[in-house]
Amino acid sequence: MSEFLRSYLVVAIFGGVGVLLVGVFLSIARIFRPNRPTPQKLENYESGVDPSGDMWSQSNIRYYVFALLFVLFDVEAVFIFPWASRLEALGLFGLVEMAIFVFILLLGLVYAWRKGMLKWV
Amino acid sequence: MSGWIDTFFDSYWGPTGLRTLGGLVAVLLPAGALVYIYLFKLMSFVQSRIGPMEAGPQGSLQLLAEVGKAFQKEDIFPRKADKIVFALAPFVVLMSTFLLVLVVPFGPDAWFVNLDTGIYFALAVSSVSVIGILMAGWASASKYSLLGGLRAAGQLIAYELPLVLAVMGVVIQAGTLNMQDIVLAQAEGEIFGWGGIGNPFILTQFVGFAIFLIAMQAELTQPPFDMPVAESELVSGYMTEYSGVRFLLFFIGEFATAGVFAMIASVLFLGGWWVPGIDPDSNLFNIVGPAVMFGKVLFVTLLIFWFRFTYPRFREDQLQRLCWKFLIPISLLNIVVTGVLKVVF
Repeated sequence: MSEFLRSYLVVAIFGGVGVLLVGVFLSIARIFRPNRPTPQKLENYESGVDPSGDMWSQSNIRYYVFALLFVLFDVEAVFIFPWASRLEALGLFGLVEMAIFVFILLLGLVYAWRKGMLKWV
Repeated sequence: MSGWIDTFFDSYWGPTGLRTLGGLVAVLLPAGALVYIYLFKLMSFVQSRIGPMEAGPQGSLQLLAEVGKAFQKEDIFPRKADKIVFALAPFVVLMSTFLLVLVVPFGPDAWFVNLDTGIYFALAVSSVSVIGILMAGWASASKYSLLGGLRAAGQLIAYELPLVLAVMGVVIQAGTLNMQDIVLAQAEGEIFGWGGIGNPFILTQFVGFAIFLIAMQAELTQPPFDMPVAESELVSGYMTEYSGVRFLLFFIGEFATAGVFAMIASVLFLGGWWVPGIDPDSNLFNIVGPAVMFGKVLFVTLLIFWFRFTYPRFREDQLQRLCWKFLIPISLLNIVVTGVLKVVF
């Protein structure tokens, strides 16, 4: 196996260790913990009073515009990273190119701002 | 017999096993230390009270008592909850922490994995925890949990942007994404031709450091950015329906992630395992490196927890406004200015 793939095998091992740790904690707790469920215990917590309505409630997601903006800026970050690590080689040309790119993105942010998208809707 | 051991440690599996053990220590030890030193002791000091004193000398065994308590609690699944997703959520959160610690170097040869895309990988896996939190909030089928989960998702994705953009300044200065090379770039760096103390990027990237700290505070949902778990509004947010050891796992995840994020911050801005005045190739750093890192982690987390204990909670819209109208424009400007200075000088 190549060195490259080997280093990513460690990534898989560490993810496995995280899962294993949770599993070990839960199995140890199984020895100590009691198990005496009552109907009241299994109700949802609503500050002590009987829960009202169906448990699966609906809620207004106020952030969906932010989520869209986030995707935009995150993709931008993907583009900036390779540029940032090679800036010394690219020099002035790379700088001007990226200045234009960042400017267009800022323009997008300003547009969303002016449209009132960044306000509490 | 000894030949068997020697070949085992010369092969791939020996070092990898040691690294896995090291990873467990690197995640759990800072988490425990942070809870005891800051959450128990410093918080009590700030709030003019004594804090836990009964368990062990100066209350130092309180942590064990708390863990033991959580292990004895009944494991309750709400009747209406989506049981599978509800049970999986803590796995996802802890897994994200372990993937995050992976790229942090503790010495010239003391690393878990030396990825060329180190910091990029770290930023990518740090957002996996959002999925775990959304799973917990949604699957509980509780109103408090749902609101908490949605708030957490909105906050974590928003503050990931300043976090990523603040790192960009460091990447421009170091010219690499590899965490080990970022440390070396700081050790061998010069500020206008003077390399006496190298160039810890906190000196030239202080704007980036400030943005990174603020965004980190929000990513960790520490007050004043703790609306997802605001106890006076949402009981405990997405963790409301979790009890016993599952709640403990979320708690461990929170503080372990605080420790790991502080490690990443100290690698990026404070020089990582390196201290000025010693050759960075010296074998000494393989031994003292982890201790140096631990000291820097305590410094970064001191800042975070000091803010946590001092400031009142933001309102939800103030949180989003601070991010979108202040931090992101500033960090974009920071990138452009850093780029210009890099090319000019």
